[in-house]
Amino acid sequence: MTYRDAVREGIRDAMRTDPRVFLMGEDVGRYGGSYAVSRGLLEEFGPERIRDAPLSESAFVGAGIGAALGGLRPIVEVMTVNFSLLALDQIMNNAATLSHMSGGQVSVPVVIRLATGAGRQLAAQHSHSLEGWYAHIPGLRIAVPSTIDDARFMLAAALACPDPVLLFEHLYLYNMEGDLTPGLERVDLDHAAIRRGGRDVTLITYGWSLHKCLAAAEDLAKEGVEAEVLDLRTLRPLDDAAIMLSVRRTRRAVIVDEGWRSGSLSAEITTRIVEQAFYDLDAPVARVCTVEAPVPYAKHLEDAALPSPARISSAVRAVVTGSGAH
Amino acid sequence: MRAPTGAPVTREHGLELLREMLRIRCFEDRCYQLYGQMKIRGFLHLYNGEEAVAVGAMRALRPSDAIVSTYREHGHAIARGIAMSKVMAELYGKQTGCSRGRGGSMHLFDASKRFYGGNAIVAGGLPIAVGLALAQKLQRESDISVCFFGDGAVAEGEFHESLNLASLWQLPALFLCENNLYAMGTALERAQSETDIAARARAYRIDAAAVDGMDVFAVEESVRGAAERIRHSGGPALLEMRTYRFRAHSMFDPQLYRDKAEIEAWQKKGPIITLTTRLKALGLMTEDDYQRLEREASAEVESAVQFAESSPWEPVEDLERFVYAERRA
Repeated sequence: MTYRDAVREGIRDAMRTDPRVFLMGEDVGRYGGSYAVSRGLLEEFGPERIRDAPLSESAFVGAGIGAALGGLRPIVEVMTVNFSLLALDQIMNNAATLSHMSGGQVSVPVVIRLATGAGRQLAAQHSHSLEGWYAHIPGLRIAVPSTIDDARFMLAAALACPDPVLLFEHLYLYNMEGDLTPGLERVDLDHAAIRRGGRDVTLITYGWSLHKCLAAAEDLAKEGVEAEVLDLRTLRPLDDAAIMLSVRRTRRAVIVDEGWRSGSLSAEITTRIVEQAFYDLDAPVARVCTVEAPVPYAKHLEDAALPSPARISSAVRAVVTGSGAH
Repeated sequence: MRAPTGAPVTREHGLELLREMLRIRCFEDRCYQLYGQMKIRGFLHLYNGEEAVAVGAMRALRPSDAIVSTYREHGHAIARGIAMSKVMAELYGKQTGCSRGRGGSMHLFDASKRFYGGNAIVAGGLPIAVGLALAQKLQRESDISVCFFGDGAVAEGEFHESLNLASLWQLPALFLCENNLYAMGTALERAQSETDIAARARAYRIDAAAVDGMDVFAVEESVRGAAERIRHSGGPALLEMRTYRFRAHSMFDPQLYRDKAEIEAWQKKGPIITLTTRLKALGLMTEDDYQRLEREASAEVESAVQFAESSPWEPVEDLERFVYAERRA
């Protein structure tokens, strides 16, 4: 199945098992979803639960927050993270604050799904990776399904959570094919996962970059460098324990993030490693991020702007050889 | 402007409305003093002059209806039945406050009263009210969602997005605009190309009317009527309550933008004086009644102040509580 199919199965499963769940967003119904995620769901569940919304991000995201306060379990699809900026007031000022600001009287169990990322030559306004921004905000939970298993089961974990959860689906992953792990029935929203074991360096990543890291690790293995690949899965809260456990073992870390590097998630992870595992390091922490420019349209420029297996491998080589430990 | 039908006024009804408005007026006047004494900090937006809107509206609604409010919401909270002591304790920032000291003046909450907070982003509460109404519709409830907002909100995109969505989906939402003529210091006609707010709602095919927001009977009657129509039809309505704020926008406002004469003119037709004059003229109330109600309100406010003064602070160790929901064990 594709990642897209897995997300759709997750939505379908939630809709079937919980009558409080409904899906709302732009073109989720008749169009079948901008990325064809919700195709067929309107026919199965009807227009009351698969709700096509007007191009009013602030109103329908806010309506999701209100419906959650009112006892439902909304899945709000914001077509892309770029458009979520039009709903930032609702996400930041309401979803993230209401539980705390009410002294715990209310919670906001809304799930907001957003396509994120670059790589399709869509230029600056359609290529943002803002999940790191959202991870800055207390009160939100930020999760990133990067595998078929997580695409299938993370939604259920998000819906079971009483807090607002933003699920970031990288647009490049929708066509990715893979098999579900047999027997798997649920995943959590708390733990990072090692997707490839290795002893020489830890690649800390998520999203499309996870797959770039796995490709880089393959190449590096041929050179005798064994890279461990840690899929963060949740960006808020960060699984510090998993990060430090791996870094203390490999003694080197390279963070790969499609976000920009200044004031970023990669900066935060770097800081935490320095704070918690500094004396276990054999080399400075390195980062591979998107070049600090609006993501350009032309393919050769976009490719150069984004993290790539080649840039990742190169960063790893510098960290490994620079340390003099091998 | 929609005129009241002139239903007969009873002494009991009249005094009850007056009592509620006096409670709010007295509370707000005390807050003004307490701010000067630095007992209350942050932003403080007082409701003096607009009491008829909260009192008339809340009386016309059911306890199970959902309410979303603004940052000028002491009156809404008190009229909704949230204990004055809990509101005052919140302004003090105490643990016993209705938001455990995390919200303050602009963010009063009481889930048990379905009071979903003062929202301090102008128009930010409208989408939430639309969502509460959506939940009511999908769960086949007969309750409605009521959203208070000011004339300033009408210039925000969220107002227009929310009205469109509520009308498009025929949601049981009552939009209650408190038009006090100024968005902070900017007069309505200096900010909006169309100053007839009800007309703007009608552009979204929403049943809308303007109401004399200084006449508490007119407010109550119009809200009851609109609420009944919404419960019956399912679709939204908007009421523009024409009112006026007697005090400054907040405690930092020198009021350079309006004349004293304008304020005095509005004070002469204020909601409390209007109702008092009417009840006396009808022979339903005496000056003694008025004095008694005022004494009772004052005593209740003093009791609330004492409660707030003697309440404990939330422990600093608990600062991060409720950022995320506390899961049931």
